[in-house]
Amino acid sequence: MRRDRAGVLLALPTWATLGVFFLLPLAILFVVSFARRDTYGGLKPIGDLGAYLASGKFLEHYARSLHPIYLKIFWRSLWMAVVTTLVCLVVSFPAAYYIAVVARARRRPLLLGLVVVPFWTSFLIRTYAWMFILRTEGLVNHALLAAGLVHRPLELLYNDFAVLIGLIYGELPFMILPLYASLEKLDRSLLEASADLGAPRAATLRRVTVPMTMPGIVAGIVLVFVPSLGQFIVSDLLGGAKTILAGNLIQNQFAIARNKPFGAAVAFELTAAVLLLLWAYARYTRRRGEDVLL
Amino acid sequence: MRGRGGLLGAYAALVYLFLYAPIAILVVFSFNRARQTAVWEGGTTEWYRSLAKNDLILAALKNSLIVGGVATLIATVLGTLVALALGRHTFRGEGFTRQLLYLPVIIPEIVLGAALVTFFGALAFRLSLLTVVIAHVVFCVSYVAIVVRARLAGFDRSLEEAALDLGARPAQTFFRVTLPLLAPGIVAGALLSFTISIDDYVITSFVAGVGSTTLPLQIYSMLKVGVTPEVNAVSTLILAVTVVLIAVAQRLQRRPAEREETS
Amino acid sequence: MSTVSAVEIRGLTKRFGDVAAVDAVTLDIRAGEFFSLLGPSGCGKTTLLRMIGGFELPTAGSIRIHGEDVTRTAPYGRPVNMVFQHYALFPHLSVGENVAFGMRYHGVPRGDEPRRVAAALALVQLTGYESRRPDQLSGGQRQRVALARALALEPEVLLLDEPLGALDQKLRKEVQVQLKQLQRSLGITFVFVTHDQEEALTMSDRIAVMNRGRVEQLDEAARVFERPATEFVATFMGASNFFDVFVRGGDAASVSIELPGGAAARLPREGREWNAGERLRFVVRPEKLDLRTHDLSTRGVPSVPVTVEDRVYQGVGTVWLVRGPGGEAFSVYEQNERPDEGARFAAGARAFLCFRTRDAILLSTAGDR
Ligand SMILES: Nc1ncnc2c1ncn2[C@@H]1O[C@H](COP(=O)(O)OP(=O)(O)OP(=O)(O)O)[C@@H](O)[C@H]1O
Ligand SMILES: [Mg+2]
Repeated sequence: MRRDRAGVLLALPTWATLGVFFLLPLAILFVVSFARRDTYGGLKPIGDLGAYLASGKFLEHYARSLHPIYLKIFWRSLWMAVVTTLVCLVVSFPAAYYIAVVARARRRPLLLGLVVVPFWTSFLIRTYAWMFILRTEGLVNHALLAAGLVHRPLELLYNDFAVLIGLIYGELPFMILPLYASLEKLDRSLLEASADLGAPRAATLRRVTVPMTMPGIVAGIVLVFVPSLGQFIVSDLLGGAKTILAGNLIQNQFAIARNKPFGAAVAFELTAAVLLLLWAYARYTRRRGEDVLL
Repeated sequence: MRGRGGLLGAYAALVYLFLYAPIAILVVFSFNRARQTAVWEGGTTEWYRSLAKNDLILAALKNSLIVGGVATLIATVLGTLVALALGRHTFRGEGFTRQLLYLPVIIPEIVLGAALVTFFGALAFRLSLLTVVIAHVVFCVSYVAIVVRARLAGFDRSLEEAALDLGARPAQTFFRVTLPLLAPGIVAGALLSFTISIDDYVITSFVAGVGSTTLPLQIYSMLKVGVTPEVNAVSTLILAVTVVLIAVAQRLQRRPAEREETS
Repeated sequence: MSTVSAVEIRGLTKRFGDVAAVDAVTLDIRAGEFFSLLGPSGCGKTTLLRMIGGFELPTAGSIRIHGEDVTRTAPYGRPVNMVFQHYALFPHLSVGENVAFGMRYHGVPRGDEPRRVAAALALVQLTGYESRRPDQLSGGQRQRVALARALALEPEVLLLDEPLGALDQKLRKEVQVQLKQLQRSLGITFVFVTHDQEEALTMSDRIAVMNRGRVEQLDEAARVFERPATEFVATFMGASNFFDVFVRGGDAASVSIELPGGAAARLPREGREWNAGERLRFVVRPEKLDLRTHDLSTRGVPSVPVTVEDRVYQGVGTVWLVRGPGGEAFSVYEQNERPDEGARFAAGARAFLCFRTRDAILLSTAGDR
């Protein structure tokens, strides 16, 4: 393949589109994160740019985001994302192992397809399903009341627990698929060799299976952790006023509080965290010599 | 071996139950006659009929279809072209192009939404269906590019060389060999793009203006008011459409080579 | 066979970054001959072939096909066709459509296509396979469809990149013979890439042995085998017994040398001047060496005293592994003519390595090692 102009011509429309409607908006958002807002939710013009920069005021929104109130929100976002990721990993691994290694080859496409469908179906609807189940007049409460286990419906919705359920439910397919992909590539004879060499099943799992499927595990962690960190639908629908996450904080600044510069600052902090994580992931995969999607 | 398979199988069944039970409940209760309770009071298609009369939902559906259709069309053309550039050419800015295509997928949706609404605000661009379409194109291009690129990698470059060798010019080679082989990938990419577009809530909620409410936005606002059987009904319909689209896309994404191996 | 050149290659070079995949190759391929490019993996055979086909632009040098300069001509403008290594059959087209693919670009009227397709398929014994899909064919059948597709356009030169590589051993031998017969009956120039020396010897009129992007030797098939020009070619063709000796003197026809162990011998001079005291290297193929109990120098047969180390029984033959006086390793192949009667020599036995002077192949010093 030689260097040619055709490649540039073919890529040009995408460069233009993403340049104007993606990179430029991000750049503007970045600039806005340093601006001042006026009382109507707009931006206050800056008279003397030099003086503004010298005063250090341009960092005020970033400074504000370090206030304990917000740190607490970030902390909650972080631990919820961590718990979601860990639970997804622990729940998914045996299931993925079953689909990829134990199940009969003939049934594998069906089993896999059954994971792919929730992978692509509306996150909103799948979150709503839990709202429907957990609400005061929902199925769970009905069952509990009917069984006489409780006398008044429980408040199952609008708390951290409901948010975690929603997150785990929503992200589970995003963990199973990459795990499946790397377990499927695992050479069965390695497992047999390990058994042949006298390793008990648990040791084979720990010393062969897990290390060999590390790329899938890491990919799954990234695929689950990153979106969980920026979540906003689940906490908005299933969480109470207390369960506000970084995503809700950003959304509030744009929709309700009308403090765009602050929202922009938080958005960039979130982006930085995600990019840092993905950078580490890219380094990891490059070291392993894995191929990437594009 | 047998015992472990059985145990693991039972466990996997539980995971599938966890994945599907909530959806199944939703679907079942979309046929429940009771308006308020979670008690089964007999079947009905009343809620589907009332959907058909709900102007808000119908308008939102129409918007969703317009946005999904137009955005998918544009994203498919752009994504296919850029996938061809990445898969079949060497050019300046290749690495940059790859990263550029990854970014919209990995950047938190909420950040993209915030950036776009700020951008449109700065340009005094009125929020409308057009802004929604633009936003959807931005995140759909990447998905199409990834799917088409994978398909392109799946067939040997020597097929195109063979066509040139047999006397076909580059344009003829493209239309007689590359495009027919790529078609399933392009269609699959388009279907996925459409699915993502009509499902998107987060970004759309930022860039939709008055009168450009899409189906997810409409459902969301109904949810905020309270759970109604109509929401179950419309959810069921969306699920059904998604399942069909995904099934078709999956079939198309299987490479011809896989069939070859089995024969 | 005429001596008109079908392909003339002059100073052809292809660099990938720092690596010269093909390095200043100059050679002529004669019209109507079966020409093989032979060499180990990575020596540049495919790259050279792809430049002839037009899939790779040379960094330097030129290519002429039947006198016309095609160095920068696109693949579709060249009177050559290629049989690809993995056949490159279009999976979305039937066998018939595959074979007909190029006809419309070569001025074949649409109405004539079915007849021409049938003729091409008949040539490779696949009559009636038109409507099959490539994935419904066996490996050997696919290979023949690829051949028919290229031959259907009646190219002046057919390029084949290890076309038999994907076939199993037995089928491979059959197809070698068929392919050679086909080439002979059609009279088309074949340029054939392989890394299998036996295959090249079976099929080719002439062979170019390549090493690290260069042609080490270009000769008739038999000569490449029997008179390898360099150490590399000798080794690649399976001749592994090297003798390093001093030149004592010479005359018009021969050069006299001192063999390891001290015996003297005379070898044909092969048109080169040799000076006393100079070092000389020659090689003898394992099957041309003979292991004897007695020194035959007195009878004029070059003999080298050796120690027997091991014996490898191979069914039709036996290989003796022996060491010379300076520790040199030699292998001697001998045909098993009688039922195995046990070893003629025990390990550690002393013996003499004998050969005929005409079987000694003098190497030019160009060999690298
Ligand atoms: N597109 C390319 N980019 C970089 N290097 C290349 C490329 N194609 C070939 N090479 C290098 O050029 C050299 C010759 O490659 P070539 O494919 O011609 O070898 P070959 O003789 O056909 O080997 P084989 O028998 O393994 O097919 C190799 O070192 C190879 O790595
Ligand atoms: Mg090769």
